[in-house]
Amino acid sequence: MSGYNFAYLDEDTKRMIRRAILKALAVPGYQVPFASREMPMPYGWGTGGVQVSAAVLVPEDTMKVIDQGADDTTNAVSIRAFFQKTADVAVTEATGKATLIQTRHRIPEEPLTKDQILVYQVPIPEPLRFLEPRETETRKMHALAEYGLMHVKLYEDIARHGEIATSYAYPVEAAGRYVMDPSPIPKFDNPKLHSAAIQLFGAGREQRIYALPPYTPVVSLDFEDHPFEARKAEGACGLCGAEDSYLDEVILDDRGGRMFVCSDTDYCRTRREAEEAA
Amino acid sequence: MTPILSVQDLEKRYGARIGCTGVSFDLWPGEVMGIVGESGSGKSTLLGCLAGGLTPDKGQVIFDMADLGPQDVLKLSEPRRRMLARTDWAFVHQNPRDGLRMGVSAGGNVGERLMSVGARHYGNIRETATDWLDRVEIAHDRIDDRPRDFSGGMQQRLQIARNLVTGPRLAFMDEPTGGLDVSVQARLLDLIRGLVHDMGLSAIVVTHDLAVVRLLADRLMVMRQGRVVEQGLTDQVLDDPQDAYTQLLVSSVLQV
Repeated sequence: MSGYNFAYLDEDTKRMIRRAILKALAVPGYQVPFASREMPMPYGWGTGGVQVSAAVLVPEDTMKVIDQGADDTTNAVSIRAFFQKTADVAVTEATGKATLIQTRHRIPEEPLTKDQILVYQVPIPEPLRFLEPRETETRKMHALAEYGLMHVKLYEDIARHGEIATSYAYPVEAAGRYVMDPSPIPKFDNPKLHSAAIQLFGAGREQRIYALPPYTPVVSLDFEDHPFEARKAEGACGLCGAEDSYLDEVILDDRGGRMFVCSDTDYCRTRREAEEAA
Repeated sequence: MTPILSVQDLEKRYGARIGCTGVSFDLWPGEVMGIVGESGSGKSTLLGCLAGGLTPDKGQVIFDMADLGPQDVLKLSEPRRRMLARTDWAFVHQNPRDGLRMGVSAGGNVGERLMSVGARHYGNIRETATDWLDRVEIAHDRIDDRPRDFSGGMQQRLQIARNLVTGPRLAFMDEPTGGLDVSVQARLLDLIRGLVHDMGLSAIVVTHDLAVVRLLADRLMVMRQGRVVEQGLTDQVLDDPQDAYTQLLVSSVLQV
């Protein structure tokens, strides 16, 4: 598209964001401040993820955008259209074919490879935020690795619900040092954070970027007598029959009818196509 | 014997105004020291300087650390000082809202210090929390209630439990009974006195209430306009005050 630089952002901005990304990769889980730009979409729609994607995107990339695991939801469709328009890159819905995947709230079911980059949209990057409202204090807590408060939250969960009820945005410790918020992915996806792909997290409104380099050890916080447990809805997908994928509940009518289907639409479709072919 | 806390020539100024100046004293293990004086006499400033909340302009605060021996607290690195504040030290605020997490259950409040020094076993944390609620006379079935649903006296007792759970050696108390009615005050004082005695705790209690120091403190320091005007054994100072201001203070106590 004429009148715009490749992938919307100007080169100076991309350079600034890339420097933040490099720093974030060097210190896994550390929140690097960056000068977040106004994007032509509202905060909460993935302005952080879009800026990170724009900064790492090259013309040879094949891009995939998912929202809650689905390729066809509003957020995914509009961000995909945005990059088709401003960067003219190839797009795909197939996880395996994509080189850059921007995601909101899910990690694809298909294991990622070392040739891929996964970009997360992050609403609130600070895992301690709802426990400690002062930014000066949370920064100090990160600097001194004072993370006892994170366990107070898990303690409260068990005291109130009999188990760790936090089911998304489940706090993790990256590379044995920084505690980070893995963005609101379900805790079912937490084990997948240990990945061959580069994982970048962008929070536009909060102006923070953090990252997990490939194969970073990621530990979900827990108690010795209440260990972390990746969990999903019971049963199999109503469409493809997968028992190992994360399920969404779909309401079918107003008489209590419902079904559970894979939240990862590409995974579900691939399985059904393979079944039909067989 | 080494004093647990040794303060030398401490001074804190707010611009040209004096917060406190020329304060020196030794606090011995197991001893409770009271600091009294009217509003604005520099008691809270002094306490802030000792407990690390304020940075004094001059002087030394030497604490006998468990591992390193006597160290100037003001020269410690920040991580060490913060570690000290949640292990060997306790700070009881006048207003329990300043010392408690109001949105976190009573059990969580007591457990926070344990978790911050590495406790990761839910059952054990809960057991210790229950035990401590017991010691401060809070019923077991309130363990999952939030402090905002507690009465003022209960909040203050919870704050004490939360502070003492890691077995500190030195407690700073800023008007621990302020804002409580007399019967609740009496029970709280009884409780604090029992705990201090059982744990062999050293404490510095700041208050304007002479009855509180009479009950709690072994030794007394009277402050006025940022300076210590008189110090000595509590009974001695209260029964036979030497300084004119102390005489005024003692004679101002209302009799029932």
